[in-house]
Amino acid sequence: MEIRRCHDKIEISELDPFLAELLRQIPASADPKGASAAEQRLFSPPSNGTETELCAEWKLYVEPELRRLFQTATQTVAADLEQLNGSEKTFANRTLRIPWKHADAWLSALNQARLVIAAKYNFSDAELSDHFRSPIGSRRDLSLFQVNFYGFLQECILREVDDWKPGRPD
Amino acid sequence: MSRMPRQGCTWVVQTRQSEGPIDASSEKGGATTVEQPTIEKDTRAEENLDLPWLVIVHNDPVNLMSYVTMVFQRVFGYPREKAERHMLEVHHKGRSILWSGMRERAELYVQQLHGYLLLATLEKAI
Repeated sequence: MEIRRCHDKIEISELDPFLAELLRQIPASADPKGASAAEQRLFSPPSNGTETELCAEWKLYVEPELRRLFQTATQTVAADLEQLNGSEKTFANRTLRIPWKHADAWLSALNQARLVIAAKYNFSDAELSDHFRSPIGSRRDLSLFQVNFYGFLQECILREVDDWKPGRPD
Repeated sequence: MSRMPRQGCTWVVQTRQSEGPIDASSEKGGATTVEQPTIEKDTRAEENLDLPWLVIVHNDPVNLMSYVTMVFQRVFGYPREKAERHMLEVHHKGRSILWSGMRERAELYVQQLHGYLLLATLEKAI
């Protein structure tokens, strides 16, 4: 897999079918429905419990806004991921081009997915620091690999965002 | 840690009856009492003033350090060095006070931080 900036896009090329499938799973993985731990993590209270009035108002007014914000990001990512549903051979490597203006949506969706998966599996700090565990084994191992792979992508996108200057030649 | 500057001590000028009357008999030939101005330091406790609200970010092992630094730069407009200092404080100490001041603005900051999926809370300064 190779990631580089190409004009106004971030290009992820040489995507093998396994990694392409992990990317396709970003929107579904970012959905906290049915997992109360994930729901609590994405929509954590704005105070440590002492400000009950603030928490009640937050739930009423701010939380719906946050849901819309997170949903918009995952929808943008889902639309970009349609590039991976081409008619090429199933086992061929793919290329994904992320429009520059979608970089923030990708950062958000990847973060949502990582937080939701980590909350669902309640990974320990030690597990989250283990970047070399094989994805082959249990569903838990695969999910940990997913968290780390999405984190790697986040780092790459952040680096491109950091380096990017309008009008800079490639 | 970023805190609003402390309320400076204010100096007030008060007039009060001096402990001993000043005898001005040498000028007018009669005894008069003159008020003598004294300067006193205002000793009002800080608790009586409007306390600031703190915006606190808590550690989360999932969020990337580089991501958290970027969020601090974007939300608070901090230079990278300051944003990194706060990020490291969150990482090592479990929390960092990112900002303090008026409640409305603090609420807005916490909302923005939640929009970036950071664990942030609002607390009244003690």
